[in-house]
Amino acid sequence: MSEATHIHPGSVGHEVAHDDHHHGHHEQSFITKYIFSQDHKTIGKQFLITGIIWAIVGGLFSVLFRLQLGFPGQSFPILETFFGHWAKGGTIQPEFYYALVTMHGTVLVFFVLTAGLSGTFANLLIPLQVGARDMASPFMNMLSYWFFFMASIVMISSLFIQTGPASGGWTVYPPLSALGQASDGSKLGMDLWIVAMALFVVSSLLGGLNYIATILNMRTKGMSMTRLPLTIWALFFTAVLGVLSFPVLLSGLILLLFDRNLGTSFYLSDIVVAGEVLPNEGGSAILFQHLFWFLGHPEVYIILLPAMGMVSEILSVNSRKPIFGYMAMLGSLFAIAILAFLVWAHHMFVTGLNPFLGSVFVLLTLLIAVPSAIKVFNWLTTLWRGNIRLFPSTLFAIGFVSLFISGGLTGIFLGNSTIDIHLHDTMFVVAHFHIVMGVASMFGMFAGVYHWFPKMFGRYLNATLGYVHFWVTMIGSYLIFWPMHYEGLAGMPRRYLDKSIWKSFNQFGDLDKMITVVSIIVFAVQLMFVFNFFYSIFKGRKVTSTNPWGANTLEWTTPINPGHGNWEGEIPEVHRWAYDYGKDGREFIPQTEPVGANESKH
Amino acid sequence: MEVVMNQQRKKIHPHKFTLWVAIASILMMFAGLTSAFIVKSNLTGWRNIKMPTVFWYSTAAILLSSLTIQVAIRSFKQREMKQYRSMIAWTLVLGVAFIVLQYFGFKNLWEQNIRFSGSAGAGQFLYVIFGLHALHVIGGAIALLVMFLKAYVGKVKLYSSVPVEVMATYWHFVDILWIYLLVFFIVIG
Repeated sequence: MSEATHIHPGSVGHEVAHDDHHHGHHEQSFITKYIFSQDHKTIGKQFLITGIIWAIVGGLFSVLFRLQLGFPGQSFPILETFFGHWAKGGTIQPEFYYALVTMHGTVLVFFVLTAGLSGTFANLLIPLQVGARDMASPFMNMLSYWFFFMASIVMISSLFIQTGPASGGWTVYPPLSALGQASDGSKLGMDLWIVAMALFVVSSLLGGLNYIATILNMRTKGMSMTRLPLTIWALFFTAVLGVLSFPVLLSGLILLLFDRNLGTSFYLSDIVVAGEVLPNEGGSAILFQHLFWFLGHPEVYIILLPAMGMVSEILSVNSRKPIFGYMAMLGSLFAIAILAFLVWAHHMFVTGLNPFLGSVFVLLTLLIAVPSAIKVFNWLTTLWRGNIRLFPSTLFAIGFVSLFISGGLTGIFLGNSTIDIHLHDTMFVVAHFHIVMGVASMFGMFAGVYHWFPKMFGRYLNATLGYVHFWVTMIGSYLIFWPMHYEGLAGMPRRYLDKSIWKSFNQFGDLDKMITVVSIIVFAVQLMFVFNFFYSIFKGRKVTSTNPWGANTLEWTTPINPGHGNWEGEIPEVHRWAYDYGKDGREFIPQTEPVGANESKH
Repeated sequence: MEVVMNQQRKKIHPHKFTLWVAIASILMMFAGLTSAFIVKSNLTGWRNIKMPTVFWYSTAAILLSSLTIQVAIRSFKQREMKQYRSMIAWTLVLGVAFIVLQYFGFKNLWEQNIRFSGSAGAGQFLYVIFGLHALHVIGGAIALLVMFLKAYVGKVKLYSSVPVEVMATYWHFVDILWIYLLVFFIVIG
């Protein structure tokens, strides 16, 4: 027994870790510490701050196109000052509108809610919560951020070229996206979009490989898989989804690049564009949709799962109760990850898909309701009769559950291929996925930022601003997206520039104005959050104890401002799961505490 | 406690494990492309191709290189560094030969008037799929070159066989992937 305790766990992982530990003691220049850093915590912060910048850009785009939707054709001279010929006379031009919609989707889905969310928290939390000094390969981890950075540069540069960025929707369906002569947004902007996305795929693969290897191979002594916090499980399944689905998107984009630039016919067939008959024959545009949605559907879980994991953790910590149904949470994460790969064609019910095949996809899609309902039940029962501390992080976590329920229920409508015939490509779809995936995941991200900000920067975010941020965003989100369900049920199409020629949609004119005004307010409140974020990094209230929230997980056993290597001295050993709250009369029992002789079972 | 310890001692090296996950990822990309091939081959305007014989020579080259890298591992573990260096060199030479032979294969197809433009066919897929495979071989060849230079220039004696094993696993993978792609094109194309 005494001999066994001398052996370091995971000899190899430890050896790597020790190297890093020694690095920590060397004098580091500004560049190796903050820019080309290999410290997972710094890389996480880099992802977060880049993600915040992208969120401001992507959010601003939505405000701009909401101006057009709320006040069609009205002139806002300030827009011409900023955007020149794209907003001639102060009204948003059709090409610009399409570009805004496309870039809003791309930026928010990939750059904010994939890189900004799982990039941030996987980097920050995986080594800290599994008890490792750093990732399996810190160098690859650094590359992951810099590929994301390059992708960002390429995508940003596409905003400043003469013909404008990619347009035609974030799904970039051919033939529109394959033919430069089809629209301005299919010219150089589209090539830059593809290149940026290819770089992004490389970034997320490098990251994902590391996350998986670290979770499976570099856990500290005693940290068995079933003692992992649910955040780690969620990030693990997220990484698996990404590693298996992003390459398929890449292959689809490579074929698209060939069609665009070398004249191949993978997606093109029998096309006449601008009076010109194209020689392409035998291509299939539907093929692209299959390849795209094989990533595209897992992608929504890549966005959602990290939020689910963090919400589980935060709700348990702040209701001072163990998570309800740990194994059920785990099983439902697993079920969602499997089903994520088997439902992509529900995005394609109206493409001429064989109705029999469609019915299979309906069944598989509706099956997702089962693990989702299990998770909702468990979150609510975790809160039930808890000793709830309503921090901003708790509120955002509860907000996540609320939005996940609201948005999830409309998923049952859309998952039925027959109802989808009426609802597809209407505002109902916009309402559904924004609530369940977009806003809900943003809420999970905010919850995570409020909860782990003390770990990241050694200071607290201002809580008063946090409460204002929560309530305005919460009420605003429902005011923005709830009415869209009614518009969609009435048949109002999404993506359209101007719907005023349909007399039947005029009844929604004031509603659209309201949505636009609320979205401007909500956007302003997000800027307030950004102010709070940067102000608090430098001037926030200082954290004085290592474990400010009274949480059990390992990240709170590190020093307040941990160096590279995380723990001074040995990595702590783990003796229990992460959720011993309110047990045997004690408020919380950290994972590092050995199980007592008379302790009750959980 | 003993059980936990033993389990942890049996753990695979993180770099090796990362490679296996990366292999799964690369496989998904080729699975995407080959399934696209199957979907497309049922549509109008599909043209089949005659596989150039030079691809058989490249197959021989890459199969042989798998053998040489396996010998390289064995000699590294037995600390026969001279043999190790020559085997790495041979693997590199065969890898480069493979890429050159692929180029001739592409050239042969191009001369059969199989071009990018115009209607779809197995040829266009072949350029993309074999081209991407060749890129993966080139990546491996660059890593081999680095390993080769390290074995000659490096003053530090290396005892861990992990980098060699990671390299060899990747190399076998691109070999097996090539066999799969070749068989795929012969059977379905």
